[in-house]
Amino acid sequence: MAKTDIKLTVNGQEAAGSVEPRTLLIHFLREQLGLTGSHIGCETSHCGACTVDLNGKSVKSCTVFAVQADGGEVLTVEGLAQGGELHPLQAAFAEDHGLQCGFCTPGMLVRAHRLLQENPDPSDAEVRVGISGNLCRCTGYQNIVKAIRNAAQAMREKEAAQ
Amino acid sequence: MTGAPQDWTRAPNVNLRQVGKPLVRTDVPGKAQGRTRFAGDHVMPNMLHAKVLRAPKASARLTRLDAAKARALEGVVCVLTAADLADRRAATDIPGQTGRKRLATDQQILVRERVRYHGEPLALIAAETLALAERAADLIEYDLEPLPGVFDPVEALKPGAPIVQGTDNVVATYKVRKGDLEAGFAEAERVVENTFRTQFVEHAFLEPEVGLAWVDENEVINIRVSTQVIEHFRAIADALGVAHNQVRILGSMVGGGFGGKEDVTVEIYLALLAQATGRPVRLAYTREDSFFGHGKRHPFVITHRTGVTQDGRITAVQITMTADAGAYVFLSPYVLLYAVVAGPGPYRIDNVHIDARAVATNNMYTSAFRGFGAAQACVAHEQQMDEIAKELGLDRLELRRRNFLRTGDEIATGYAIESAVWSDDCMTKAWAALGERAPEDGPVKIGRGVATYQQSYGRITWLHDTSEAWVGVEIDATVVVRSGVTDIGAGQVSALAQIAAELLGVSLGEVTVYNSDSATTPLAGTTTATRALYMTGNAVHLAAEALRGRLIGRAAEEFGVAPSEVDLAESRAFVIDAPDKSMALKDLVGICASEGIHRSELAMFRAPFTGEIDPETGQGRVHPDYAFGAHAVEVAVDTETGEVTVLKSVGAHDVGQAINPAAVAGQIEGGAAQGQGYALSEAMIYRDGELMTPSFSEYLIPTAMDMPRVQSIILESRSGLGPFGAKGIGEPALTPVAPAIANAVADAIGRRVFELPITPERIVMALREAEPRKGPR
Repeated sequence: MAKTDIKLTVNGQEAAGSVEPRTLLIHFLREQLGLTGSHIGCETSHCGACTVDLNGKSVKSCTVFAVQADGGEVLTVEGLAQGGELHPLQAAFAEDHGLQCGFCTPGMLVRAHRLLQENPDPSDAEVRVGISGNLCRCTGYQNIVKAIRNAAQAMREKEAAQ
Repeated sequence: MTGAPQDWTRAPNVNLRQVGKPLVRTDVPGKAQGRTRFAGDHVMPNMLHAKVLRAPKASARLTRLDAAKARALEGVVCVLTAADLADRRAATDIPGQTGRKRLATDQQILVRERVRYHGEPLALIAAETLALAERAADLIEYDLEPLPGVFDPVEALKPGAPIVQGTDNVVATYKVRKGDLEAGFAEAERVVENTFRTQFVEHAFLEPEVGLAWVDENEVINIRVSTQVIEHFRAIADALGVAHNQVRILGSMVGGGFGGKEDVTVEIYLALLAQATGRPVRLAYTREDSFFGHGKRHPFVITHRTGVTQDGRITAVQITMTADAGAYVFLSPYVLLYAVVAGPGPYRIDNVHIDARAVATNNMYTSAFRGFGAAQACVAHEQQMDEIAKELGLDRLELRRRNFLRTGDEIATGYAIESAVWSDDCMTKAWAALGERAPEDGPVKIGRGVATYQQSYGRITWLHDTSEAWVGVEIDATVVVRSGVTDIGAGQVSALAQIAAELLGVSLGEVTVYNSDSATTPLAGTTTATRALYMTGNAVHLAAEALRGRLIGRAAEEFGVAPSEVDLAESRAFVIDAPDKSMALKDLVGICASEGIHRSELAMFRAPFTGEIDPETGQGRVHPDYAFGAHAVEVAVDTETGEVTVLKSVGAHDVGQAINPAAVAGQIEGGAAQGQGYALSEAMIYRDGELMTPSFSEYLIPTAMDMPRVQSIILESRSGLGPFGAKGIGEPALTPVAPAIANAVADAIGRRVFELPITPERIVMALREAEPRKGPR
């Protein structure tokens, strides 16, 4: 099958590859770039385990073609930590026991990251709506919601201090 | 009764430094960074991709299977059909299976002639790319001649029903005969009879089954796989016809199990393809494969006929249970037994009859799922308790209080409980935590429900369960634990680290656990049956305790005091009453190393061993011990639309000792969600055996929007058989949730829906039946 060359920015770094038109973004990230943090849970856009950020929006990378990301900016879980320091969301997920098996976690984190860009101070209900496209079977979502709200607070405080 | 009940309300006051603290689990930082390598994240050079071709019919005869076109496709390396597998079969048994009516439990690996369920594998394909493997699957030609099937266990018992297994479709039976049933009913002033039904349920772990297999230079078949049970290397070797030491299972962190990765999943397919091609092979199920590819939770039909006095004392209960085993036996006999043992609930009832059977059909096979029969039993006994209370006009909690088991009382199978039974405490606390009742608003009615349970932890005592662990201390005083235990997300590994840290006086960060490798870690047994902490926690405790004894003994010599005067903490050994007399653990370990004092220990923990129960009466010991607790909920039901909103959800459980209270709360919260789905929305629907719900758009698990904030109340009797008096929480967290919700809905609308899931349609139907008919008939 004919291949298309694509160039994009992934986690702040330039990335390039040659993909088939049907190659999904999740497969490009996992197989060509070796970024296995984003997971495949259903390939039908129901579960959200593959959620990444594409051009400032949350997308389910199992239902985006890699060619659609050409020229774009992608953020995955591997890009959240900066300078060896955990992102406040990652720190909160750890501190608040916001994960168990950890399979939904990368998608959940990246989705939460976008949610907090859109709404830096969400209520419980707003967080629940905001992550309702990401399924978790272990936690009952309780500590995920708690961690996102605590991270939001930490991020607001950090912002205010700057 | 066996003597006076022990007073577990005065639990010993133990001074713990690591255990009992809500520490950040050792596996969490890696998972929060996406750095944890799950089984599907591994690749190898020269690796092939595999696909399983499945039968699109539930009951048929395979009259032709032609893979020639698939094999001819460039890039397809291997296609295996039953004709290529000689006489190989897969055992679906576990060691010591004791189902009363034992059948041959072997399953064909690939369909040879008879298709018994929708999705049964016809062929295996390995190709250079996944796309090629998928195209090859489309090129395989086959003819399926439809055969009459049977899709309901009650139908399957009728004379003339198509036979799926054995001679009469009955794959297991159990019975209990305790006390004098007739006398019990004679003593009763009321008899209440009801029938409750449950559905097929899917585990829906987020990580579909996946594995990677390769044959190494020693001809050992290595399989890195997402599994709850690395000990399946034996069953896999048997299926392949190789020696047990020629198959190695390497687990990874598991992306959820819940019993769905308790049976063999992709391992045999991978092994066969790796063996046939000599190349590494990866097989990753899609979600649809996963829905087709592993056993479901058994649907049960359970009838309770209960005799009760006017003041609410249960004098007799007669229970019948019919479980749909689906097309193959798998763990049905065990699930049935667990349902029987838990059948009457956590109540002292002297006169009990239970007749239970698991019946084969052409539905998907059923097997292990969190709660393992006890969950279905609880759905019935707790709804029945509410119905009895209603009949007597008695408070629902009070009825339970008048019948709760106490320590020393016998359960249905005649075993007298030795540990704490804090059902009342748990129920009272959970109910109180519901707080003020939400106001009703027009058609929206508010209801409350509670459920209590009796859930075993640990495996059946006549399976003679054991678990091994190795604990060692390095020269720099860091600690290593080696154990085969699999970590399915509940913090199994971290709990072991916490126990070793406690006993060896180091911090959690100074312990590394190597787990889940059948070649290099001592076999710990399965992560199933709420047994991992109980069994392997005890094995680590034994090993660490022995090591601690040697370290303390040598330190006591150095300090010139008795060993009982020495303790270990903060990586130091010190004299308890003179803490300035101390030395770094590193120095102590150095002395031990130079003197040849053994710095490691391999320990085996053995659960209580018994013989089997009496087949005629069902009397005897079945499990090591039981956990008790309660779940309470408040719901809002819109009587116009039938929509149910769970407003409050509270779990209160006596866990014996929480090793990590945050992890325990996580189990309770997750159980609340899974139980809520079981009660309200989840159903695997098979129409004439064909799966109608193969994706998350038909099979609805709760989202963040469906869940209320869950409150966890942790009680600690320290009376369990696990380390530091722990019981277990994995399955207990789930078991009472669905019946609590069912009871709350009934409380809200004044009618009971006797079948799960309690969907809006069923609620509206129940309300309509209650209404007087409008208009002409």
